[in-house]
Amino acid sequence: MSDLSSAGGPVAAMDTPTTGERSMRLLGRMNAEAAIILFAIPVIVVVGFAAYAIWHATASLDSVEQKALAWGEIWRQIWGHLKLTFVSAVLVVAVAVPLGIALTRGRTKAAAPVVVGIANAGQAAPSVGLIVLLAMWLGPGFWTAVLALTLYAILPVLRNTIVGLQGVDRTLVEAGRGVGMSARSVLLRVELPLALPVIMTGVRTALVLLVGTATLATFINGGGLGATLQAGISLLRYPVIVWGAVLVALLALLIEWLGRVLELFARPKGV
Amino acid sequence: MTTTEAAPGSTGAGSISGAEIRLEDVTKRYPGQEAAAVDGLSLVIPAGEIVMFVGPSGCGKTTSLKMINRLIEPTSGAIHIGDNDVRQQSADELRRTIGYVIQGGSLFPHMTVAKNIAIVPKLLGWDDDRIRSRVDELLELVSLDPGKYRDRYPRELSGGQQQRVGVARGLAADPPVILMDEPFGAVDPITRVRLQDELLSIQRELRKTIVCVTHDIDEAIKLGDRILILQEGAQVGQYDTPEAVLASPANDFVADFVGAGSSLKQLSLSRISEIELRRPTTARIGERTDEVKRRAESNGDRAVVVLDEHDRPTAWPWLRQLKGETIHAGEQDLVNLDSRATLNDALDTMLTNSHGGAVVTGDRDAYLGVVDFTSVTDFMRAQQEAVERDHQAEVPAESNPEDEHVEEVTSDDGSTR
Repeated sequence: MSDLSSAGGPVAAMDTPTTGERSMRLLGRMNAEAAIILFAIPVIVVVGFAAYAIWHATASLDSVEQKALAWGEIWRQIWGHLKLTFVSAVLVVAVAVPLGIALTRGRTKAAAPVVVGIANAGQAAPSVGLIVLLAMWLGPGFWTAVLALTLYAILPVLRNTIVGLQGVDRTLVEAGRGVGMSARSVLLRVELPLALPVIMTGVRTALVLLVGTATLATFINGGGLGATLQAGISLLRYPVIVWGAVLVALLALLIEWLGRVLELFARPKGV
Repeated sequence: MTTTEAAPGSTGAGSISGAEIRLEDVTKRYPGQEAAAVDGLSLVIPAGEIVMFVGPSGCGKTTSLKMINRLIEPTSGAIHIGDNDVRQQSADELRRTIGYVIQGGSLFPHMTVAKNIAIVPKLLGWDDDRIRSRVDELLELVSLDPGKYRDRYPRELSGGQQQRVGVARGLAADPPVILMDEPFGAVDPITRVRLQDELLSIQRELRKTIVCVTHDIDEAIKLGDRILILQEGAQVGQYDTPEAVLASPANDFVADFVGAGSSLKQLSLSRISEIELRRPTTARIGERTDEVKRRAESNGDRAVVVLDEHDRPTAWPWLRQLKGETIHAGEQDLVNLDSRATLNDALDTMLTNSHGGAVVTGDRDAYLGVVDFTSVTDFMRAQQEAVERDHQAEVPAESNPEDEHVEEVTSDDGSTR
């Protein structure tokens, strides 16, 4: 109509975004703090690992230290640590997201506070206690550790799934139903895409919780970088304790970074 | 396009593509509430008409609307669209055959304009080519350039543009019935007037059955072929044409609701299309400026209307403002009037225009002519005189000493308006 000419003005530049423009727009969605974190973390992680490599190559180590900090051993533990983290994270998402969806639908809605309460309690319980108790019940090992970690990290994802879905504008849901979309298709095509950024924030929180708590898995023979720390403590080798702790911290930073990247890409275009 | 779901353009202007809606003794009670939200509403909405549901908040107008597409299930009573009971098919399938337009457009922010419009056609299983051409056709219909807007996201559009896309989404699968819930409530008054005019112009082409909820009596008068004024519990205050509602309110509630200044409101009943338009000199974009100036001067015009290749007016410059070798589109947005706009809107637009007039457009924004103050006042005077002539024709027949009284009676029942 008559305002066609004016309408073209301010937004005309967005007509055909090139990849460069697109990534600029992705960046535009972040605030300055998030951008700094996103770029600083990889630098810190690389510098950290480089420092370790240099120290490892130049320091004079006794046989115990050499054994505990050997590259093969360290890589094996990092791999074990990542495995614990990601397997648990996948399980957390697989349990918490459907549960969160169920708790925002129809009759089960009323149960939401109860379930969130239980998940709260699960997170409030000391994680060492949870791991040890489960090991006493199910026996030690990787999968017991995964189970304990999963229970421990469900809360943030569950809570954010519920909050994210509740945060979707009700009129959009009604618009979807009003034009003839089924409840399921409104959920999959409207509610979940719009709630995804909030859910991914929960996933990032869970990942960071998991990567820290996975250090404890070593107590029940679950693997991970906790073994290096524990070896350092029991053998009283400070370099081993310090580097074990630094490596855990670097890994945690890396996971945090990954979570932020996921969060950024999970945000639907146009929002 | 298949033959059963012809494109709106191909149905030809004026042929009714809507369906009749019948509400029979429809009641909605919410558990725990003593009074029914809607209590025994019976109503026939004729095919191809715009019926406005209007009333104070809480009167049950939105509930009544949502019962038609079963977003709210009636407690009792029956609703038919055409020959079909709405309960015959599943609610989801039913809703795919009823357009639904909500305040602000309620577009899905994570989908492009094209995807938003394509929702219902996709649900109906149309193939991609058909959907694509339908989306472009609808964008044209709501006056948005498909090439420019198809791939935009809602937040990149103005409120009025979002609302237009909302209307396009409602029309997507060419449904016979369209429900609108406060469709123009979220936009500024100037945009609202334009959107209303556009809706009227689209409706002139499509002749759907449109049920529209509003709390704004002026909007109801302007858009409605009929107005349903609802009181508490969706009791029908009056269900009649805007003219009849204004001239003879059925009861005190309706009179109160229609409010004071109803004679001024009658300005909203006359359309620009009833006025003879002036046809000043026009120019095409790209024409040589000196030629245009010569033509205008020989016609005695001091301004020209610039048209684009689709006959759409883009600017209305004074001759002294014409600069450069050739005519160009003009930088400022030209506020046009749709020929279905009311005299009220026309006066409003003219007051803000340096020409003391307004450019009038018809279907798809094509240029029709120019309206100015003189033509509006002449028209109003002619109407006034016609009314007075009618009075004089009736009064002598009564030969009653209480002439004045008689006159009052005749004007009250609206027959002499």
